[in-house]
Amino acid sequence: MSDMNNNMTTENQNIIAEEQETVNTEAVETVKADAFNLEDEALSKLEAVEDVEEKAAEPVKSPSKEKASVKKTKKSKKKEEEEEVYHKPLIKRRKPNRSIAGDIFLYLFLLIVAVIMFFPIIYAVESALKPLDELFKFPPRIFAQNPTLDNFSDLFVTLGKSWVSFSRYMFNTVFITGVGTAGHLIVASMAAFVLAKYDFPGGKTFFKLVTVAMMFTGYVTGIPNYIIMSKLHMIDTYWAIIIPAFAFPMGLFLMKQFMEGLPTSLIEAAKIDGATEWTVFSKIVMPNVKPAWLTLIIFSVQSLWNNKASTVIYSEEMKTLPFAMQQIQAGGIARTGEAAAVLVVLMIVPIAIFIFSESQILETMASSGLKD
Amino acid sequence: MSQFLKDYVKVKKHNFRVGVKRARLSKACYLFLAPYAIIFTMFYILPVVVSIVFGFTYYNILEAPRFVGLQNYISLFLEDDIFLMAIKNTFMIAIITGPLGYLGSFLFAWLINELPRWVRSVAVVVFYAPSIAGNCYVIFSVFFRGDAYGYVNAFLMNTGIIDTPILWFIDPRYMLPVCMLVILWMSLGAGFLSFVAGLQGIDKSQYEAGYMDGVKNRWQELWFITLPNMKPMLMFGAVMSITQAFSVCEVTMTLCGYPSTDYAARTIVTHLFDYGFSRFEMGYACSIATILFLIMILCNKAIQSMLSRVGT
Repeated sequence: MSDMNNNMTTENQNIIAEEQETVNTEAVETVKADAFNLEDEALSKLEAVEDVEEKAAEPVKSPSKEKASVKKTKKSKKKEEEEEVYHKPLIKRRKPNRSIAGDIFLYLFLLIVAVIMFFPIIYAVESALKPLDELFKFPPRIFAQNPTLDNFSDLFVTLGKSWVSFSRYMFNTVFITGVGTAGHLIVASMAAFVLAKYDFPGGKTFFKLVTVAMMFTGYVTGIPNYIIMSKLHMIDTYWAIIIPAFAFPMGLFLMKQFMEGLPTSLIEAAKIDGATEWTVFSKIVMPNVKPAWLTLIIFSVQSLWNNKASTVIYSEEMKTLPFAMQQIQAGGIARTGEAAAVLVVLMIVPIAIFIFSESQILETMASSGLKD
Repeated sequence: MSQFLKDYVKVKKHNFRVGVKRARLSKACYLFLAPYAIIFTMFYILPVVVSIVFGFTYYNILEAPRFVGLQNYISLFLEDDIFLMAIKNTFMIAIITGPLGYLGSFLFAWLINELPRWVRSVAVVVFYAPSIAGNCYVIFSVFFRGDAYGYVNAFLMNTGIIDTPILWFIDPRYMLPVCMLVILWMSLGAGFLSFVAGLQGIDKSQYEAGYMDGVKNRWQELWFITLPNMKPMLMFGAVMSITQAFSVCEVTMTLCGYPSTDYAARTIVTHLFDYGFSRFEMGYACSIATILFLIMILCNKAIQSMLSRVGT
């Protein structure tokens, strides 16, 4: 190593003029530092310093410099190139600390996983479009050859013939989802507003309780909830599902975190102009947190739309769509096509809502962090 | 000492009076909070209290609850073999799918983050869709059908790995692994969204400062810049994934049947349902709920204290 260095220094002295020499010895020093296994950070700092001086001192590349840079790793070489580009009026496209091989490998991995993740959903949709003979074909094909909507029409025929009409099941689910989501949005936003923007005794403690409530699921409270509801005579009514959904802890949590990002001066200005708390809430705060609305709506719809409610609703005419669908699926082989259609009907609504509101939802989730 | 105590009481009294005064001044706040607070207390706080109380009783809804002391807990741990099995299964599922799902959520969110804008939106939908697709996981019962026409069986038999079809959802040996696979498929949920959003919100100038200070590759960038910035989201994601991991029941109940062969796919929540809604032994079910509640809260607290050390 030291021999090589010596060789290089002699070369340098031969080839290059005096004023460049100082710079070159700098470069050699860096190589030496490499040899002594200095820490990575220190090394890269040295490189950075060297690069800067290099540009200041000599616009033309000297051959010895190139030799010195061979010593350096591939990545730092790229870094050099990037930094040379920096002086030109070009927009930097790539981040300096990414290797192309790594990028390709990781994105290939991402693509494969994405295909695997989405395959069951594609398969579910496709099997809903397959006619009965193709459903049982072996070896199977993923894509239907003669796609039909027969399964869907069969589904509606079957549901139409049931004791309670399909429209009633549909109404039940839409009613529960609609009222539950709307109520949740209003109730949770009101609470979130005061928790985020006012400092009053008990507020922080209450919010801590809500975050603790996020840590256990509805299943834990299922049994005692049933007891409480039976005491309140709420069993076998829509309210048994709707009212607990009003106080869904995650909605309040997300709303409160998002509202904290709202400038307090906005509220103070409204107050000075003579607005009451309610006006501030309905005219100032709510229009400004629309992204959070959508997030609350998606989480609420997602939990209510798929709610079978089999434990709290017993009357057939009040049962929900997922429950009716489940009964159709239980029909066995003969109903395979319809069961596939059921899956599609049930999953299409939450996914559609998510697709249409994705950017707003992500905006809200950016403030979802849990600090303590 | 007595002087100190006197002062202490004085300060406390003063603080209390200030608190009362402030509470009086912020009546509107309480009015706003009231609807949520009432419902929340009714259906989220009270049930926990009720389940702790009824956990010590024998209660079957028809008769008045009868106090039995620790009898429920004693029989849960000493006599109820199925419950012990349920605990074992739940922990197996939670220990495997919880961390894997959590790491997966973060990994994919992190990889997606560098994609161009429109690809990113599509990718988020693709990865998030399974967790909101309702009971789309039922489709796995087609893939893993027990006869030779099930796709997985057919594939394995054609490649010569097995020579007789495996009864995936009936054979106790294969139930849990297959269920875990399905749960993992569904595990990119709210936490994943939170990660995606959080990664987009990190200040870009921090990365530039990082390049200057010699951050060399993406892994160093991840550990020194990204993770410390993401800590609040990591907490949120952890809460979500622990809660999900311990409340597994629908997947196992739908795929493996209820009850499953030899109770091999029974989880704590399934056991809870069994005693609560099939046998109406509410006291016993409440004691199960209390145990599940304690497990969830303790795990969350433990993981949170662990996560608070990330990236430091």
